[in-house]
Amino acid sequence: MVVATRVLSYRQAINEALRLEMRRDPTVILMGEDVAGGATIQHIEQEGAWGGPLGVTKSLVSEFGRQRVLDTPISEAAFIGAAVGAAVTGLRPVAELMFVDFFGVCMDQIFNQGAKLRYMFGGKAKVPMVIRTMIGAGFGAAGQHSGCHYAVFAHMPGLKAVAPATPYDAKGLLIAAIRDDDPVMFFEHKMLYDMTGEVPEGDYVVPIGKADIKREGNDVTIVAISRMVHIALEAAKRLSTEGIEAEVVDLRSLSPLDEDAVLSSLAKTRRLVVVDEDNPRCSVAADIAALAVDKGFDYLDAPVKLVTAPHTPVPFSPSLERYYIPTPERVIAAVREIV
Amino acid sequence: MEIPRERLRWIYERMALIRAFEDRVAQEFAAGKLPGFVHLYAGEEAIAVGVCAHLTDRDYITSTHRGHGHCIAKGVDVKAMMAELFGKATGVCKGKGGSMHIADVDKGMLGANGIVGGGPPIACGAGLMAKTLGTDQVAVCFFGDGAAEQGTTHEAMNLAAIWKLPVVFVCENNLYAESTPWTYHCAAPDIASRAAAYDMPGVLVDGTDVFAVYEAAGEAIARARRGEGPTLLECRAFRYYGHFQGDAVSYRTPEEEAAYRQRDPIQRFRQTVLSQGLLSEDELDAIDAAVQHEINEAVRFAEASPLPPPEDCLTDVYVSYPAEQLAFRH
Repeated sequence: MVVATRVLSYRQAINEALRLEMRRDPTVILMGEDVAGGATIQHIEQEGAWGGPLGVTKSLVSEFGRQRVLDTPISEAAFIGAAVGAAVTGLRPVAELMFVDFFGVCMDQIFNQGAKLRYMFGGKAKVPMVIRTMIGAGFGAAGQHSGCHYAVFAHMPGLKAVAPATPYDAKGLLIAAIRDDDPVMFFEHKMLYDMTGEVPEGDYVVPIGKADIKREGNDVTIVAISRMVHIALEAAKRLSTEGIEAEVVDLRSLSPLDEDAVLSSLAKTRRLVVVDEDNPRCSVAADIAALAVDKGFDYLDAPVKLVTAPHTPVPFSPSLERYYIPTPERVIAAVREIV
Repeated sequence: MEIPRERLRWIYERMALIRAFEDRVAQEFAAGKLPGFVHLYAGEEAIAVGVCAHLTDRDYITSTHRGHGHCIAKGVDVKAMMAELFGKATGVCKGKGGSMHIADVDKGMLGANGIVGGGPPIACGAGLMAKTLGTDQVAVCFFGDGAAEQGTTHEAMNLAAIWKLPVVFVCENNLYAESTPWTYHCAAPDIASRAAAYDMPGVLVDGTDVFAVYEAAGEAIARARRGEGPTLLECRAFRYYGHFQGDAVSYRTPEEEAAYRQRDPIQRFRQTVLSQGLLSEDELDAIDAAVQHEINEAVRFAEASPLPPPEDCLTDVYVSYPAEQLAFRH
């Protein structure tokens, strides 16, 4: 079967995934702050105001109405918890936690309720919910609107966590997340919303727990997450001019983790660099390094190198923020140390 | 309010069953047979039973750390409950939840909750499901006076009110949040009046009088089913045991405790139905005997049941997840 593709932005791909799943399944609802926007204001009751602060859910309210695209008060604990309750009783809610940094005000509902409920109930319940949330620095949004923090969630039993890097993966992973019977954290990098790429029409699934080789190479494996995949690809391109061929593994899923993809690439290249925009302590990058040392030790011909953010909050000033975010230059420097 | 005879019998049987369950759990805990923490509901029976008398298995409740009474009032199997408290494989949560997380979604019981204030947002979600799918189900959120001070409770009441969700908030004010008197931790003269902040009815109810609870809850639940939105009930009662088993209860005086025993909900029910000739003494005694038998059977079942195999630690975390990633590393 030939499936038509067209070029969509990462933002449009996410919007399309939501639209298709809401059409397909009447139990899918969307809830969050300003996901439609302008609730009860007559002249925008139909089309909504914002469609989310960066327009990701724009116009969904026109098709599905206010009953399924629910603007919430700024009460993250209440509406994330309501998503848990709705999921356990039969809906498939997609809740939007506007910025991941806001998890502090609703974490109990995510990790003590949503994540643990099935286990504590002896497997009698399921919690098919998705929490979409924005991550990442680069916007000048500073300390409380710029973190990644996905390691916090990948650490929690009961949660799944995915972080797509391309429009194609964003659509396929979001459809997979909505259809998944477990709670899934869906991390959207705010600097990727305008990135474009080929996206098939219609529905398709990118399976949760499967990494993707974004570039093949034999000399070093660069494992990267979300926006860092593009930093890694840029580094790989430049390294190629020096005769170093890097393999770029886009992790896509943080929990579960595609250990086989990492290890089989490592078996081939025998060298590993991990690029992660999250803070380094107890991070996904550190977890990948531990995996390499534990299960891939015999493959390793050199130390594992981690290219990460520093152990600081995200700073405001452009010069400071640029310093914070991993760059192709830092990735290249790390590769040069071990190749 | 006229209550059919069969329902009166059910109310007495459930209250007696809760009391007998809790008294027996206290004994078994003291004998060292139960792991973990146990919080007992004895003294508050009229609230769970008076409310749940209006619910079916399709309706939902969220509960508290003091959740055994809510389970029993919602019809959760007492044998499976007792086995759960003993940590047995036959427990209602297969030994994975224990007293603080005891639950049975098939009965609409969405869990006791180890987090004070954990339940109210979840109850909103159950109500949202009913509203979205257009069913006539309701969700009742039981919470304590302690949880009345949690932000989640206020956020949830507001959310239920703006969305007109079929949720009834039942505050069980048992006068102490752990060892802290509610008169200290609550700025308002009562909790029910906080309903005004969320433009919902707020009703202060004698939580030791099952008839009063039944009437107030009946009205609130009917209102929710009609799609008219949430209600806050504050039911005042008294817990006979401490906050948890092992609490020396130094913050209450013997006189205070004796005064509350004078208003025991089960004795009050007995006096009312006997004086009004609604049920006979023989009938009530027969129910008591049956309840005792059921509790004895439950304990026998729990003791005879096997512990879960240790590897069961690794199941029921997810619906689907790679098994090798659930196991410990070495």
